[in-house]
Amino acid sequence: MTDTIVETTNEKYHGLTHAEIDSLGAELDALRLRTIADLGEPDAEYLRKVVKAQRSFEIAGRALFYLPPAWPLAVASLSVSKILDNMEIGHNVMHGQYDWMGDPAFNSRQFDWDTMAPAENWKYGHNYMHHTYTNIVGKDRDVGYGILRMDEDQKWRPIYLGNPLYAFLLMTFFEWGVAVHDLEAEEVLAGRRPLFRGENAPIWRRLRKKMGKQILKDYVLFPLLTGPFFLSTLAGNFTANIIRNIWTFNIIFCGHFPAGVATFTEEETENETRGQWYLRQMLGSANITGSKLMHVMSGNLSHQIEHHLFPDIPARRYPEMAVEVQEICERYGLPYNTGSLPRQLFSVFKKIVRLAFPGGKTPAAPVRGPQAVIDDSLAA
Amino acid sequence: MSAILRSRLVGALASPHGVDRYLERFNPMWAAHEVRARIVSIHRETDGDAPVATLTLQPTSTWRGHQAGQHVLVGVEIPGVAKRYTRAFSISSAASGKGERFTLTIRAHDEGQVSSYLVREAAPGQIIHLSQAQGEFTLVESPATPTISRLLFITGGSGITPAMSMIRTLLRDGYQRDGVAHAGRKVTFLHFARSAEDQIFADELAEIAAADNGIDVHLRYGDQVFSEFELRRLVADYRDTDTWLCGPPGLVELVKAAYDDSTRLRMEFFKPAVARAARPGEEIEGDIAFTRSGKTVAASGASILEQAEQAGLTPEFGCRMGICFSCTRTKTVGTVRNILTGEESAVPDEEVRICVTAAAGDCHIDL
Repeated sequence: MTDTIVETTNEKYHGLTHAEIDSLGAELDALRLRTIADLGEPDAEYLRKVVKAQRSFEIAGRALFYLPPAWPLAVASLSVSKILDNMEIGHNVMHGQYDWMGDPAFNSRQFDWDTMAPAENWKYGHNYMHHTYTNIVGKDRDVGYGILRMDEDQKWRPIYLGNPLYAFLLMTFFEWGVAVHDLEAEEVLAGRRPLFRGENAPIWRRLRKKMGKQILKDYVLFPLLTGPFFLSTLAGNFTANIIRNIWTFNIIFCGHFPAGVATFTEEETENETRGQWYLRQMLGSANITGSKLMHVMSGNLSHQIEHHLFPDIPARRYPEMAVEVQEICERYGLPYNTGSLPRQLFSVFKKIVRLAFPGGKTPAAPVRGPQAVIDDSLAA
Repeated sequence: MSAILRSRLVGALASPHGVDRYLERFNPMWAAHEVRARIVSIHRETDGDAPVATLTLQPTSTWRGHQAGQHVLVGVEIPGVAKRYTRAFSISSAASGKGERFTLTIRAHDEGQVSSYLVREAAPGQIIHLSQAQGEFTLVESPATPTISRLLFITGGSGITPAMSMIRTLLRDGYQRDGVAHAGRKVTFLHFARSAEDQIFADELAEIAAADNGIDVHLRYGDQVFSEFELRRLVADYRDTDTWLCGPPGLVELVKAAYDDSTRLRMEFFKPAVARAARPGEEIEGDIAFTRSGKTVAASGASILEQAEQAGLTPEFGCRMGICFSCTRTKTVGTVRNILTGEESAVPDEEVRICVTAAAGDCHIDL
């Protein structure tokens, strides 16, 4: 990334001239600064409120396992707790969104979340690799998570016939998938990285420690504490983890894989300007429309576009920022990919199935022109 | 109860957040590991431009107690700002035990958000965050200091607090040897204040001075600055006398010079002098000191990450554009400027992303 554009041709980049991209970058920077300047007590209060709710749901869930008829309620309560812990709290706190509060409980370097993925491993793979190289095929390992074919630029191989099955398994055991993601299995298979030694050694160490703790509490200690209800508590904790996995998988896959989301090549993103980086984040992400509750439960990742533009700004600000981002998109003739949860899910599902087979052309770059929403029919 | 809360079983159940994150949900005074305190009372010591107040604190049971002369880090959430600021304050009460009450005596500095808030606005009942007591500026052998036969305290302004804690501890614990009160050992207490009105603990010091306890109290005001000549008159062999010095930089410099290299002098001061930040458009003047590696470079306006790399260091980094937080380091003192926002900050012990932060004057980076 450099500050100066080397303008060798008059070619446009994703439909915009370099000057337009620069002014787009300046507008988004201004929006960013305005929001940062306004951060304060309401943001801190909001986070504390969500944390309080999450702890209450967790305590209630754990306690209700002593009351066997309330099992579904216990599972629901624990699921809500785990979803809040992962999405609106863990993901966002570990992005450094609340570091400015100076509270060690919400500091990105000290926080750990209630999932198999150790904070330190995840922050490298997510905050650095995914957020820096968003949707650059070959660099962003979140494109297909190393197992799925999610972009037609990934070369088809017969193994991808299992795409829907892999996606289903990844969805069900998402926290495990995210945890082992950092080991870079595809690099290991390609013989470029040792499985246990080298770069993977410290990752394994943290992984064993974290997984041990998670398994111990959810599948040994809490079930033991409920005595005769051991098995029902065990099943309840397992179910809550699965429910959380399915929900987070779906929200996250709707963020980057619906039709109309652009991917990029390493060549075209070399020496990217700040404006181009912003543009890539916008074109590479998709939003989900929904109620306020939906946004809270998705950690506001329903505003994936805003999150990718401003990953370190408290997520509760994304809805208000979205109004401006969408207006900017309209002015620059850029697509703003958004849709309801069923609609985005269907689009993702279609892509997973379609790309199981060879080919799979989806429009590479969005068409310039005022279009707030990319239509599904453009895809496949 | 606290043994159960600190047990491995409870720790495993509360993983990954820790027991305290659940306890605080019920009562802020319940804690298994962290230390917090409730403000019991606030007593105004002096008025004026820079008023002083003594806060009596009831810590959580996790407080391990303190030795006279130690300080504590106090974390305060200031209403309206929503940020927790952490500052060090010396403890003014006599040595405390586990979970015991203690006091902080704080002067409200104009530029000090935390001290100003605690003196002027804080109210009894409020909860503040604490570290355990820390610091080596203590009476080496408390409570009766059998091997030290003479003690000398030289303090200035609010630097009186750690020395006061020591004097109070000595008096409370008898300060005796072989059953004989103060056993002929003398304590000299020399304090400098701006004026009689600014004198903290004036009544208590008068009582101490009047009592038969072997403690000589000498108070100096206004332009009666420290002089070696006067010190020699008070304590002829001061260089061979165990001395505790705490006060503003000016006083510290004068006393240090008078003591030459004497190992009997122990000192503590909290406000390191930091150069003023450059105004926008103005040439940046200052040095970046990388405290861990011992390297120093002149601030150039480039990011601290770039400057560190130019100096041959290899700090961890990620995106190099301020989004991933991989390069976060602690700026211990000094002024820095956020390259993205232009915002300047002189808050001590602040975490900064060094890829988007430049020095705006002298600063120390933990690198």
